Amino acid sequence: MKKITLASISLLLLCSIILGACATATTTAPAATQAPTTAAATEAPPSTAPTEAPAATGPNCGTDPVVLNAYFETGFTIPFDLADEFTKQFPKVTWDIKQDQFANLITTTPLLLAGDNPPDLLRLPTMVSFAKDGLLMDLDGYAVAFGWDKWPVPQLNQNRVAADGTRGSGTLYAMGLNYSLTGIFYNKELAAQIGMTEPPKTLAEFDDLLAAAKAAGLQPIMEWGSAKSGMGLAFPLQNLMAAYGPVGPINDWIFQKPGATIDTPSNLLAAQHLERWIQAGYFPPDINAIEYTDAASRFTQGEGVFTFNGDWQNAGYDAGMPGNVGFFLMPPADAGGAPAAMSAPLTYGIAANAKHADCAAFFFDWVATNDVARTINVNIGGSNPGGPAGAMMPAAAAGSVTNETLAAGPVVGAAGNSMDFIANATSSIFAQGWTPELQKMVGGQQDAAGLLQAVQAEYERELVQ
Amino acid sequence: MTTPTKVESDIDVERLGNRPGHLDVSRRAHFSKRVRRETLVGWLFVLPALLMYVLFVLVPLLLTILYSFFHWNGVGPMIWVGLKNYVTIFQVPNLLGTIKNAFWLVVWFSIIPVGLGLIVASIIHRVATGRLGATARTVLFLPQVIPLVAAGIIWGWLLALPGLINQILRAVGLGAITTAWLGDFDWALPAVGLIGIWVLMGFCIVLLLTGMTKVDPALYESARIDGASWFREFIAITVPLLRYEVGVCLTVTVIAALAAFDIIWVSTAGGPGNATSVPGIQIYVLAFTQRAVGLASALAVMLMVLVVAVIIPIQWLSRERAL
Repeated sequence: MKKITLASISLLLLCSIILGACATATTTAPAATQAPTTAAATEAPPSTAPTEAPAATGPNCGTDPVVLNAYFETGFTIPFDLADEFTKQFPKVTWDIKQDQFANLITTTPLLLAGDNPPDLLRLPTMVSFAKDGLLMDLDGYAVAFGWDKWPVPQLNQNRVAADGTRGSGTLYAMGLNYSLTGIFYNKELAAQIGMTEPPKTLAEFDDLLAAAKAAGLQPIMEWGSAKSGMGLAFPLQNLMAAYGPVGPINDWIFQKPGATIDTPSNLLAAQHLERWIQAGYFPPDINAIEYTDAASRFTQGEGVFTFNGDWQNAGYDAGMPGNVGFFLMPPADAGGAPAAMSAPLTYGIAANAKHADCAAFFFDWVATNDVARTINVNIGGSNPGGPAGAMMPAAAAGSVTNETLAAGPVVGAAGNSMDFIANATSSIFAQGWTPELQKMVGGQQDAAGLLQAVQAEYERELVQ
Repeated sequence: MTTPTKVESDIDVERLGNRPGHLDVSRRAHFSKRVRRETLVGWLFVLPALLMYVLFVLVPLLLTILYSFFHWNGVGPMIWVGLKNYVTIFQVPNLLGTIKNAFWLVVWFSIIPVGLGLIVASIIHRVATGRLGATARTVLFLPQVIPLVAAGIIWGWLLALPGLINQILRAVGLGAITTAWLGDFDWALPAVGLIGIWVLMGFCIVLLLTGMTKVDPALYESARIDGASWFREFIAITVPLLRYEVGVCLTVTVIAALAAFDIIWVSTAGGPGNATSVPGIQIYVLAFTQRAVGLASALAVMLMVLVVAVIIPIQWLSRERAL
């Protein structure tokens, strides 16, 4: 309550400053010019239940009918379900939703953002270049108004872009609808066959399990690798990198910190370890032709004891192999070490010239704080809804692998071992670097050292471009 | 539209030249006025198509050339870099490699479909006239009317490790040679080539068959009276008289190979490694994923020059001999 009052006061102060400055200054930052609506702050008491009127403090959707112009990603129902629920709770807000495949969003987002009818809310495939071009709304004002800046630290960092274009700190340009976690899923029946009674605690134990699976005539790991889906071996590789070395330098590289390199001694050990797995036949022989959806369905059909993937696939695994799928985090190299994981927000942003920015920002806050929204997020999205510390954590259905991924999240959080994806370092490092070079490694045309050198060279080329 | 007008004006000039002194000034004026009016009407007829052509072909072409001299992400400020983008193409091994792949594709998309097309069309023309011939033509032409994206996905399934082609190979005892055709470094390009043959051969067959129907049957008759075999007929009559059609087939299929995008995008997306990556794929990735519009434009301009350089000799040869 105290926080809300403080936020309201600071907001009022901010607005009065802006109103005063309007006549003279035109160089105000986008966040300040998009000062959140404050009218409701004085009109309605903060405790009003969100049935008709939106929440009382801070920016909101106002009292007039609003049509939110949104662009979502095809194939994922979570934003659509959240939008439906939002309209249920706030009937004045309706949606004009267009959707497209992720690959198409990469190509169309700059045009959408720069166009005449910029979206109020859109799935952001990447953000640094859009932020640098001034196409995205600066959300720092909203972060203060809603108290997002008080949330547990790592949540917002991945969506911050500094003035020099490095990610991880600076201005907030996007919010996560939820926060995905990656790790290793396993087929419980097959794991029992190879004598796995509990998840491996070290990399060596995991190696033994893989060897046992191979010896038993099972497919040790199912993974995808077609260029059409992007190379899935980036998942085990990054997990191995985090097992062999600290996550800090990996994140620095992803966030494009000056001088960062992926070609480090510990990453070389990781790449060599992956090469050994490939040579040992732990991945399917046709991995270079397997697409993401094929890998997921082949795993649910019992082909593969383990698979590296993220919690966005939970619902698919639960449906395909109910009660038979488990999850554990990639074990550290040494006993007693902390596990690490790739974790990324399901990133959504607001166009710099969006008409209903306040309402879209209110939606972000609602998604993270409303109990029904959080429940939808867990049950349908399969991922952690994030939000303020101590927010209600919905329980997933009994027997769902979501329970295991949700439990694993805090373990990574407590260790401070959360990483973004090495595939996200630049907009095309995945398509031009990791995918072709890892495919070459599978085909015996690239070794561990060459892989890291080639990707680093591509990274540097793209940063110059 | 402009050519007939020009021809007519040439004739007028000749006529005038043949009868010097017989035409007075007013008739001259009358003629040139008529010619001018007809020219104008001609241009008016051409205008709508010309506008579309300028707007959707020439302007983008010129803009692409212009962009190729800039460093630009498609939205932000454009920075003049001169020929640097062209230099970059020669420095990045992957980009040059795509051009090599494109020439390999010419074998699969062009030489094999045209060669096989000639043989199949000749067989259909000789033995399968009537309903059988029409059915064969339709079946072979069908791939042309199936959307390429759907065809690419289906071929992806067929060529996968658990796919039908490998199942057949296993059934006939050739299990040892099964592989994920589109994911194998040695086989991916030929496998994509196979899809290209399937798509383009029908087009060649139909075009060549049409050409064969125009060949005087008396030529074949006299050849047969002289005891010529099918092969002799094929070499001595069919191929030489179909030079123009072969030229058209080669032109279309060579462009399909050098500027390939759709078949490859839906079947391999350029993988594995860069084994099937062609300029079309790189242009797309550079422009829309990497947002390096200048570099993508430079590669596009180079591709265009390459296509023109290959096509002009084919056109010249086929026309020269056809005349």
